[in-house]
Parts: sequence; structure tokens; C-alpha cells
Amino acid sequence: MTAPRIVVTGIGWITPLGHDIEGVWRRLLAAESGMAPITRFDARTFPTTFAAEVRGYDVTGFVKDAKVHATAGLNSQFALGAASQAWRQAGFEKAPPRDPRRVGLYLGAGEGVLDTANYVGANLDAWDPATGTVDGVKWARSALARMAPAREIEQEPNMPLAHLAREFNMRGPAYNCLTACAASTQAIGEAFSIIRRGDADVMMAGGTHTMIHLLGVTGFNRLTALSERKGDPTEASRPFSLDRGGFVMGEGSGMVILETLEHAEARGAAPLAEVTGYGSSCDAYRITDIQPEGRGAAVAMQAALHQAGIDPASRGADGRPPVHYISAHGTGTKENDSIETKAVKRVFGEGARDIPMSSIKSMMGHLIAAAGSVEFITCVLAIRDGMVPPTRNLKVPDPELDLDYVPNAARKVPVDVCVSNNFGFGGQNDSLVVRRFVP
Amino acid sequence: MPRQSRRVVITGTGTVTPFGLGTGALWSALCEGRSGIAPCRTFDFSGFPTSFVAQVPEGAFDVKAVVPKSYRKAAKVMARDIELAVGAAMEAMNEAGLQTKAHETGSVTIPPERFGCHIGAGLIAAEENELTSALATARGADGAFDFGAWGGEGMKNLTPLWMLKYLPNMLACHVTIIHDCQGPSNTITCAEASSLLSIGESMRVIGRGDADACISGGAESKTNLMGMMRQHYARRVASTAPGEDPATVVRPFAPDAKGCVPGEGGGLLVLEAMETAKARGATPLAELAGFGASQSFCPDTLGVEPEPDGQGIADAIEAALADAGIGPDAVDAVIPFGTGVPMLDRAERAALERVFGARAPKVPLVTLAPAIGNAGAGNGAIAAAVASRCITEQRLPARINTRGAQGLDADACPARAAKVDTVLVFTPSLGGQNAAAVLRRIA
Repeated sequence: MTAPRIVVTGIGWITPLGHDIEGVWRRLLAAESGMAPITRFDARTFPTTFAAEVRGYDVTGFVKDAKVHATAGLNSQFALGAASQAWRQAGFEKAPPRDPRRVGLYLGAGEGVLDTANYVGANLDAWDPATGTVDGVKWARSALARMAPAREIEQEPNMPLAHLAREFNMRGPAYNCLTACAASTQAIGEAFSIIRRGDADVMMAGGTHTMIHLLGVTGFNRLTALSERKGDPTEASRPFSLDRGGFVMGEGSGMVILETLEHAEARGAAPLAEVTGYGSSCDAYRITDIQPEGRGAAVAMQAALHQAGIDPASRGADGRPPVHYISAHGTGTKENDSIETKAVKRVFGEGARDIPMSSIKSMMGHLIAAAGSVEFITCVLAIRDGMVPPTRNLKVPDPELDLDYVPNAARKVPVDVCVSNNFGFGGQNDSLVVRRFVP
Repeated sequence: MPRQSRRVVITGTGTVTPFGLGTGALWSALCEGRSGIAPCRTFDFSGFPTSFVAQVPEGAFDVKAVVPKSYRKAAKVMARDIELAVGAAMEAMNEAGLQTKAHETGSVTIPPERFGCHIGAGLIAAEENELTSALATARGADGAFDFGAWGGEGMKNLTPLWMLKYLPNMLACHVTIIHDCQGPSNTITCAEASSLLSIGESMRVIGRGDADACISGGAESKTNLMGMMRQHYARRVASTAPGEDPATVVRPFAPDAKGCVPGEGGGLLVLEAMETAKARGATPLAELAGFGASQSFCPDTLGVEPEPDGQGIADAIEAALADAGIGPDAVDAVIPFGTGVPMLDRAERAALERVFGARAPKVPLVTLAPAIGNAGAGNGAIAAAVASRCITEQRLPARINTRGAQGLDADACPARAAKVDTVLVFTPSLGGQNAAAVLRRIA
């Protein structure tokens, strides 16, 4: 039995560069940056004082009844906005799927934002400096007086799932995975696999996350993973540049609708692209470091290409390698960019230099769990328009990084096949192959 | 139209529960009708409606004793949840008789690139003492937290790797490093459904040929301040009176059920393709014959209150039965979530009635929550480990506490011998995800 073809019929995102597909895409192609000083809390004394925040966003216009989502945290609000764009584009707003049990969802959503003031407040209220411990009874008294039930429950990582399921009446297989920065690529890949196996006709997939909060920035600053660059924040994210110094936090959500070609055709929906390969691997190396040869990253790409029936060493009739754009994980940390480059060379050999590979994290920052979802959408748009987005701030070439990173300016080039990569802290590596839909 | 998949078997189970390390210890306790619920020993919980929890007792489990010597240092960056997963994984590997890099002697018997790992995790709570000792260095003159002082100096009191203790995928990260699992790996975070969803994903990954074996399940500890707080806010926690016997608090499906208690536990299975397990001469414990997942439509959006008619739970169960190619009549026993939280019991009861119809009162239920509380992301996998024991022992463990469960076979009774060829396990979750699995005796 041949596997069904899986197509993308809807896309949507809420990002630091805007809240609609076309506007954000224009800004990416114009190499604009979404970075600015952090406004969510007073970060002026932090090692990192800037991030790419979603600005001016209001979920109200995106949902049927805002009351149903009254307690939604930022991550669920972002998810609802992105999902409603994708749902509408897929045509489900006018004609909802006939059997909700055949519509599943697979998200790579991050945890909700801690109720910082009250959490920190309860801890300090209960702190006993003499014993160096938190007093449980005092903590309970303080916390029960301060905290709000829904605010606490909304922090569970499966809450965006709950909001989306409720909004769109999806009752099929439902999962949330949280493999750090690889999560939403993995979610799209697993959603693809669920449809391929026949366990659903339609899947909503994507990610949503914000870690631009006290303990999020603290955690990454302590790991020295964030850029601490002084001066203009829009110049801080510098993937593949010799003077790169860490990533810049972003936030937001990307959502896509995947379905079998048969299902899309039966209801007259237009495929935007086709997903043909998904590969997943684990470094199993160290908790803090990536396997230095890029072993796991290469395995994920190879597995995705293999499933897509693509020989990475081959060349097309036009003499080009079989992949026309790689959406890099490209975080802008020393380690990632160098190892990702090695892995791409390991997979594509000589051809690697001829494949444009860029990182939109240079413009919208690192959306953590949601990064893969917006980068996947970028691939869909690159195919549609024959334009690849640039890597902003690539000012000082790194002699060891010798691929084509599409420095500083978008490029017009025919794109039929893309690979989207994401590698998570903790060792999960995921790659997707997305291609132009040809009937 | 499901596509042809490879058959998947369970060759090892590992659990860390209030009865200590190992499925054997859990099984004995369940058969003897013991409860692991007791007053919290790590914090004074008397400010909450109950101070009872289901904790792994001190001294019953030490992660440093189960990891390879070369890995002991890493125990410093393991949250409790991670420790539980690492312990359960080691047990499961030992029972499966698979040799990995973790077994510092002998040769590796599973190729790393064919070995996957799927672990369900919860929202891991930061250790309050560690975090607050740092926060307390950044108080302003008025005693309140001062962001400026924190950003400048205060945060330096946190160990650089602090955040890595609490990322949910660190359960799988440590387990995959210890056992060198380089195949597909994932972390599912769907509250109580997490570990059964992980088991289902491993089953699919092996079924489609992307791995030959997977470590699969979940772990979580809710026996901390934030865990208790959130369970209380989700209206899952029983109120207890002074002097009440902790062992009798949780009463699944009973008319006088009044809630559950936060627990902690880990359950991990070794799943293998039947063909590769046979080829290496392993003795499978049971076949993982079917899996199903669904989403409930939750009236309150968040799924604090479950879908009252149990439709979503029934959908997952029916999908799992269909996947196993059986009807409900073939099921010999069921392990529900069975928390004793009345609104959750009602939804599960409705689902059982929907699926089993007139037979619902006659299907023996195995209830675990009176013994282990709510172990969050650990639940489904612990239940699957118990299910596989039911099958290998041809026995059902005791039930405790419940009296007068109308229309369901859930009342207290001693352990008994039984024909157990097929067991259904299911877990709904806060948030409305449902997962169900069918385990079957290998003829």
C-alpha cells in the first residue's frame, strides 16, 4: 500500500515582526529586525536587556468568543491567533471538517509564563534565612492568598492544545511535545506521520512559546546562551558571523494545517506545499553540548531526505543540488552554527556550498519551542515566491563557515525543495522536507 | 485505513513508586493491598487541605546508586522528575536484558541508532529552597524582590546549569545519554496522558521501522509545593481531617469518593519490534497490541472539568481496541486512571459504560490511585507495567478503600488469580487529551 501524500493547506503565525503572513514575510525579505529592549519586565541590569517581543497583539479579533479563552496565557493567545489564520486559509472557517474525530493536533508548545510576582513573593514570604529553607506552612498561606487557579493551570504545557481543541472542535489524536528548540518541527513531523499512517485526515500542527520573562531570561543568561551585545539590539543576532555571541530570544507561534491530498482535493482546498520527509534523531551526547561532528543533526537530515526519496549527492537537470533552500537552525551561538555547518556538509558533500541556507532567527529571534513552526512556514513561502530570506547581520564572515548563508539581502531563486532543521537543547534533532506541490 | 505495521512487544518494565524501585516491589504492594500514601516528608503541607501525598520513601531509591559510576556527577543537575525517569529506565533495561553503554561490562546488544526514547514529562517545579536562597539575595530595602539587584548580582547565585534541571526534555536527555539512544526521541507533555501517549508514539516509531527498540513511558513528581498547589487549584485534592488514615483517603468510583493526593513516580517500558526481540532470544512480557488517542471537548476549555459524557475517553479506547483488532468483549481487565476525584470518576464511568455497554459492571477494574496517588506523567506507564504483570502472573492485584461502586467492578477485594489475556489501560488528562493502550498475552 502506498502512503498517502500529505499537503499543507493553511499557514498562520504571530511573530515579533507582525501578526499576518504577508506582512511578516515582506519584513523578512526586507531583512528587518524585531529586536528591542525588553518591556515585559525590568531587565535593565540583566546581562541581556533586549529580545524580540510580539508587540501590539490582541487575540480578540482572532477567536469566535474571547470569553472562552479569558484565562489564556500569552502562549495560548499566540497559538490562537496563528491557528485561526491557518484554519481560515484552509477553508475550515466556512466549511468545518465533517468528522471532528478525524481532525487531530500536534503541538510543540512551551510551558506558560510563571506568575512571577506572586510566585517570587510567596517564596520570599516563606523564606527562613536561619535554616536556609522555605517554610511550607507559610508558603501555603502566602501562595493561597496571592495566586489564581487558572493562572497556575494555564502554565501546563498542554494548555495551548486545550484552547485550540476547544476553539476549532478538534477531537482526533492530540499531543504536545516539548523537545526544547526542536519541538515544533518534531510536532509537524509527527503530525505528518499520524496522517500518513491513517490515524487522522487532518492535523493542525505547530508551536507556540515565550520565555521572555524573569526566570526564562535568567536561565539562558546563566547558561551564557544569549547574546549580551551592547549597542543596537537589532544587530545582536548574528548567525554564522565570526562575531556571533549567542541567540536573541523571540516569542510567538506558527501553525499549519496538514491533510491528505485526497482529503484536500475532495473539499476543493488548494495545497500550498507538500511535506515529503521527516527525520528525527537524538545526540545522546551531553546535556550541555551538541555532538561536535554534528552526527545527530546529519542523521535527522539524512532520514528526512531518505523518506522524501532524495539522494543528497544528486544534481537536478539544472545542475543544482536536489535541495534549493535550507532553513537553518542557525541560532547565532558559536557552537550551533559551526556544528550545523559541519552536519550540512556531511549530508550534502560538495553540493552543500551551492544550497542557500539562512537563519530567520537573525530577524525574529529564537522562538524556542515555536521556532520550527515559523521556519517551516518560511519554507512554504520561499517555494511560493521563489525568494529566500536573508541572514541579517552577517557582517564578518567566519573562515570556518563556508556555506552560502544568504548574507543580509533576500535572494530571488527558484525553490522547489526545502529542508527545515531544528536542534534542541538536550539533543533532539529534527528535519523536514517540504516541496512545491505538483499534482 | 491503517497501514501495515510491525508488531511491538514489551520486554522490560521499570517503575519507581512509593513502594521503591522496581515493578516487583510495586506488584507485591498492590497484591497485598498496601497504600503508599503518607504525610509529606519534604515539606510541612499542613497549610493545604491535606498534608498527604504519595512519595517515594527516603532511602528507597537513590539515583546515584543506579546510574553508571561515570555518570554520578550528572545527578547534581537532575530534578526529582529526572531521577525517577533515570531509575525506572535502568530497571526496565535490566528486566529486558538489553546491554547498553550504561552496563559498563559486556558488549552492547542494541545498535544505538536503532534505539529510540519517548518520555512523558510534567511541568517540573523548581526546587524552592535552591531558587529562593538565590532570590533572597535580591531584596530591596522594603524586603520586596528587586529586579535590578537580581539582574546585576542576584542571579549569579544560581548555578549556571540551573535551568537544565527543569526543562521537560531533560528526562529523555539523561536517559538517552546513559543508554546511548540515538534514534528518534521525544518528550510528550500532556499532563497525566503523557506517558501513555509516549508509549503510543514509540509503538508507531517501531511499527514504521524507524527504530527497533524504545525506552518509553514517563515520570513526574507532584509532591512539592507548586505540585500540590496546582493539584489543589485543579480540584483534584481530597480534604482530610486530623487523624485520618492516609491509606483510606483515595476511593475510586466510590459514592463517598472525595479526591486524590499528589504523587510521584516513574514508569518506563522497553518496547521492541517482535521480530528483533525474538531474534535476540528475548522473552516478551506482553504484546502492545493497540493504541488510540483523542481529544475531549472540554466545556471549561482547560479541562479541569472533564467532558461529562466521557465521549473523548471512549473514542480513545475504541481506537485502541480497533487498532488491536478486537472488540470490547475480549478485554479481561481494565486499568483506568481511577483517581477518586468524583468528576473524573464520572467521566471515566461514562466512557466505560459507552464502550462496554451491559458488560460494564462485569469488567474487573484495577485501581492504582489508592496506592500511588496521582503520579502525573508517570501514571499511564506505571499502569502499563502493572498490566503486563497481570498478564504474566495471570492474576489481578487487590483493590482497597472503595465500597458500593454501583455498576462497576471496583469495590475493595483481595488479589486473585484470573484469566488475563487482554488488558486495557487508559488515561485522560487535565487539558482533555486521552490515551488508551491494549496489552495482550503472547500465546
